[in-house]
Amino acid sequence: MPKLATLIRIAVFLALVAFLLQPHWFEPLLRPLVQDNAPVIYNQGSLLQLTLLHLRTVALAVAAAALVALALAILVTRASGAEFLPLSRSLVNIGQTFPPVAVLALAVPIFGFGEKPTLIALFLYGLLPIFENALTGLTTLPPSVMEAARGAGMTSGQRLLKVELPLAMPVILAGIRLSVVISLATATIGSTVAAKTLGEVIIAGLQSNNLAFVVQGGLIVAILAVLLHDALQAAERRLAARMGR
Amino acid sequence: MRELRLDKLGAIIAALALGGAFIAPFATFRANRIVAGEVKSVLDALPAGWSAVLLGIVVCAVAVAAVRSPAVLRLVAAFVALATLALGIGVAATHLTPEGNTYARVSPASGFWIMLFAFGLLAADALTRLRPAPFVRVVVLVAVLGFIGILLLSGSWDGLSILKEYASRVDTFWAEARKHVTLALGSLVAATTVGIPLGVLCHRVTRLRDGLLGVLNAIQTIPSIALFGILIAPLGWIAVHVPGAAAVGIRGIGVAPAFVALFLYSLLPVVANTVVGLAGVPRDANDAARGIGMTDWQRLVGIEFPLAFPVILTGIRIVLVQNIGLATIAALIGGGGFGVFVFQGVGQTAMDLVLLGAVPTVVLAFAAAIVLDAVIEMASPNTRQAEAA
Repeated sequence: MPKLATLIRIAVFLALVAFLLQPHWFEPLLRPLVQDNAPVIYNQGSLLQLTLLHLRTVALAVAAAALVALALAILVTRASGAEFLPLSRSLVNIGQTFPPVAVLALAVPIFGFGEKPTLIALFLYGLLPIFENALTGLTTLPPSVMEAARGAGMTSGQRLLKVELPLAMPVILAGIRLSVVISLATATIGSTVAAKTLGEVIIAGLQSNNLAFVVQGGLIVAILAVLLHDALQAAERRLAARMGR
Repeated sequence: MRELRLDKLGAIIAALALGGAFIAPFATFRANRIVAGEVKSVLDALPAGWSAVLLGIVVCAVAVAAVRSPAVLRLVAAFVALATLALGIGVAATHLTPEGNTYARVSPASGFWIMLFAFGLLAADALTRLRPAPFVRVVVLVAVLGFIGILLLSGSWDGLSILKEYASRVDTFWAEARKHVTLALGSLVAATTVGIPLGVLCHRVTRLRDGLLGVLNAIQTIPSIALFGILIAPLGWIAVHVPGAAAVGIRGIGVAPAFVALFLYSLLPVVANTVVGLAGVPRDANDAARGIGMTDWQRLVGIEFPLAFPVILTGIRIVLVQNIGLATIAALIGGGGFGVFVFQGVGQTAMDLVLLGAVPTVVLAFAAAIVLDAVIEMASPNTRQAEAA
């Protein structure tokens, strides 16, 4: 049975789907966490809808971050943008010291409450790991391969699309994976500024002293993070195997 | 005379800085804390002499940035411009506030922030090009913090709205600051004391390694606000049922769950980096140590640990920077810290209050990163030569 791990993941995924569609099935499990008459399952909105909104926020932010980070990484690794390479590295280091809460809170006065500041904070925070990995991937290509591509008469555009990007793709994907996992957890903080994410469930739990809410909100996010992390990692491995790296 | 050539990054910085100085507003004036503000350009916000000095210095610094100039000169230009901005915004606050009016609020507007960003970028670029030794970087950091400290103590920023928020909360500010630092540093110390031995154990016992790192990885995926919340229950139970627990400050809400949550988040980087560091110790070094008859314990203390030390320090750096940021969340469960001001400010849509919490957090995290990076570089003496080769 080499695929036990896969079976466990499928089971966890099915349990998650079941919980989102029919949360009251799980009521007995969460019942011990609340005082007598308190509601066990989040009752101020649909968990499924919040989960989908949470995922949408993360997907939008990471997709935008991936596009921009990749474009910037390509720019600074070309000869014409080489001047920006050292600075962009330091900026990534500096950016990573900014706490996500601070980024989020500072985005509120500019963009108002709701989804926008959350998207901006997640976007900015998601840029860094992707950019960092794309830089690593694009600057550590084996010189012999680059030499061969040049020798074969490829233009710089062809080299980028057919050699550099495919070879760097596993490392870039690893950056995207990191970004997705960080964003999934950080998006919950967005609910402190009224974004519709699973953080709403957790915060409602904190405010009404309802541990069941906190646990269900937190667990959904954690399970999503683990499943997405593993799925992306599997994709990376498959890609890396195809690249023969 | 050498030909003057355009610097690409400098051109972008120049465009930003000139836009910030001449087009965007420099300061916002509000009659009281809540009403909408009116924006003032550099010329309106500062007394005539001051606006001439500020604009003159900005133009000079922009000229230095736009052409290819020596990195030291660029650094000096950036710092002079930044210092002028810092002094200028204080002068603007005094200038715009009517005599004796305690309700009026003056805060930096977009032009100030754009110029701050542009010259900050120039300074970062110059420092990157100069690649100063770790000790020099710490000296620069101390000098900058010292300058900010002098500005704060001399009262030249007292007219700014963020300091008015501070003035009405002096006592709570320092109490929350203490809590914030205690949370971030205390959990780091606890995580290091537990994490390094755990890492050594994981290195020696392979079977333990995968299991433990898996669990620690899983903890990282739990969103911080949920982990803080989940810990309320067990700690509340302990406080009620374990004699003496409540006396030492363990309670369901407040500092205790925040401390435990930060501790749990901190374990992974410390343990994982200890394992990676120990695994990276060259086999030759270990063989030689065994050959001269060192015991396992002597080998660990005398050979493995010193060689793995820089990697372990890197883990500690990750933890410290991360903890300083995460400690803001503690405010949501009554754990205190700078987050108190951030979330109060968000609740009242009072930007100045948000800044009062966010700015010290960012400064702390930033300073911690610079100091620890310098320490890491000093602890691994061969990295510089390796880079140069």
